[in-house]
Amino acid sequence: MANEIKYEYDAIKGFAVSSLFWAIVGLLVGILISIQLVYPQLNLTPWLTYGRLRPIHTNALIYGFTVPAAFSLFFFLVQRLGRVPLAFPGLAKFTLYFFNIAIVLAALSLFAGMSQSKEYSELEWPLDVGVVVLWVLFSINIISTIMKRKEEQMYVSLWYILATVVGVAIVYIGNNISVPVSLFKSYSAYAGANDANVQWWFGHNAVAFVFTTIPLAIFYYILPKSSGAPLYSHRLSIVGFWSLVFAYLWTGAHHLIYTPLPDWIQTVAIAFSFFLIAPSWASVINGYGTMGSQWEQMRSNYLVKFVVLGITFYGLQTIQGPSQAIRSFSALTHFTDWVPGHVHMGTMGWVTMTLSAGFYYMLPRIYNTEIYSIKLANVHFWLVLVGQLIYSVTMWITGIRQGAMWQALNADGSLTYPNFIQTLTPNYPFWNMRTMGGVIFFAGFLVFVFNIYKTIKHAPAPQKA
Amino acid sequence: MNVDKKPVTFMILAVLAILVGTLITTFIPLFTGTVILSTENVIPYTPLELEGRDIYIREGCNNCHTQTVRPLEFETKRYGSYSQLADSAIDRPHLWGSKRTGPDLARVGRKYPAAWHYQHMKNPQSMYPQSNMPAYTWLTDSKLDGRYAEQKMKVLGYPYAAGDLKALDGKTEMDALVAYLLRLGKELRP
Repeated sequence: MANEIKYEYDAIKGFAVSSLFWAIVGLLVGILISIQLVYPQLNLTPWLTYGRLRPIHTNALIYGFTVPAAFSLFFFLVQRLGRVPLAFPGLAKFTLYFFNIAIVLAALSLFAGMSQSKEYSELEWPLDVGVVVLWVLFSINIISTIMKRKEEQMYVSLWYILATVVGVAIVYIGNNISVPVSLFKSYSAYAGANDANVQWWFGHNAVAFVFTTIPLAIFYYILPKSSGAPLYSHRLSIVGFWSLVFAYLWTGAHHLIYTPLPDWIQTVAIAFSFFLIAPSWASVINGYGTMGSQWEQMRSNYLVKFVVLGITFYGLQTIQGPSQAIRSFSALTHFTDWVPGHVHMGTMGWVTMTLSAGFYYMLPRIYNTEIYSIKLANVHFWLVLVGQLIYSVTMWITGIRQGAMWQALNADGSLTYPNFIQTLTPNYPFWNMRTMGGVIFFAGFLVFVFNIYKTIKHAPAPQKA
Repeated sequence: MNVDKKPVTFMILAVLAILVGTLITTFIPLFTGTVILSTENVIPYTPLELEGRDIYIREGCNNCHTQTVRPLEFETKRYGSYSQLADSAIDRPHLWGSKRTGPDLARVGRKYPAAWHYQHMKNPQSMYPQSNMPAYTWLTDSKLDGRYAEQKMKVLGYPYAAGDLKALDGKTEMDALVAYLLRLGKELRP
């Protein structure tokens, strides 16, 4: 019956493939910079120094992997949940080409050192213009398709999609206001503490509208679909949604604790960080409640496994995050490897697991086939889980260790480790373990890509009408 | 009201929800003077220091070095006096950073002479064999490109004299970067 509506899948397929390609690039760069931290002689040329590669790692996985994965899955969700074909299929295909050209130029510009320096906002102004155009093109298709929908009530996933559409636009534009000096160089419109405040308002809400609302939109669709169980509580999802989009924007300054930024802004951010536990856990509880008495599916259903572990890491992430906002805990862990450990639990655990489940669910359906191998999907699951745990746990340990060494004072009040290098070198064995965790995760991701490739390859040729 | 049946209303409400915290904690402070300080005590960057700062940005030094000393005992003992609003008041962008793979640099200009920086930037391991910092040898060989120097000073509104721009002639990128590093911690008039 669903086949009576002529759904539009071409751009969806293209964005899925692009997303997987750029994920591989981003993960490889991640492994390289992880090794460089212990073996500095691997900073071979100016283009391959850590300082230039690290933004390529983060940008490739945010804008090269997560964003096109969202384009792909969102174009699918708005059609299925609205029971209507995509509003502008031609525009969607144009968006796909535009995206890939933009991301190639973005990577080249970062290799060349063209950078605004603000984290996750490094791209220089001409590329920012490109990102905004891309986002507008994507939004036109999403909003128009939702407007034309046949299903009157918008399901939770569509709320999170709409929040992503407006949220990314607001924070990306807000943080990238700058004055050009030349085609390749600009200066931020904001100065000093203001610039820092705007940057982390953006930084934390890139987490909100890329790493939270995107996977949540997918989570709310895939979990009931793959488990066959109805969503536990509609009311809880309403409360969770509105309190999340309200509260997130207040929290950016928890990245600036003990900086010169006025205390009241820091304190408000800390308070709202704790408030944010409630809407985050509304989704976690909704997930667990949906599983209800069906926990045996954790053994039998690989999709459920990905989604439930994903939402579990989301739950842990949203407890750990606020705890880091406590001033005394921030004093210990901020600026250390604890923080990348935290971030990677979210990205490698929650985001990647949920997006993977989205692709495993969607791609066989739009290619009219079955997943190539459930066994390989399980291998993928265990490898990314183990890789991520090794990554995060080693980073937490060495982060606490380094933070404690920085703080250590002798009885006479002098620093126990006055030379910074004394606190640095004990990181090396942990960083090597982290590299190992990253390689295991990457191996799992390659299994995933192989499984998807085989699935697509074995798909029957589309029937011509 | 069933907002989940009305996408346009829904988006407007979402935007409003987003804007409350945005305006109160981030954008209203831009204008109310809560964050903005008088900049009259701040010594503006010379063109050479500014070019050095842009090289610091180009090479992504901020990925491993912070520039903000926290008002904590163990921190001021290690790095010097804690950072204040005025220190970075004219900085566009700010370079406070978020990760200390290497040490904080907010006060580094008070700590070492120029010769130390030249040697360290060229070959960090010659001074700290176990350091993981990349060697920036090529900066010594790269002639500084001062084409946009004047335009940059204008955009940022820093005062300059013709002689300040002349000072860029014959300089290398390393000269500029070291000039910038030497300024860190000496932003304010005594």
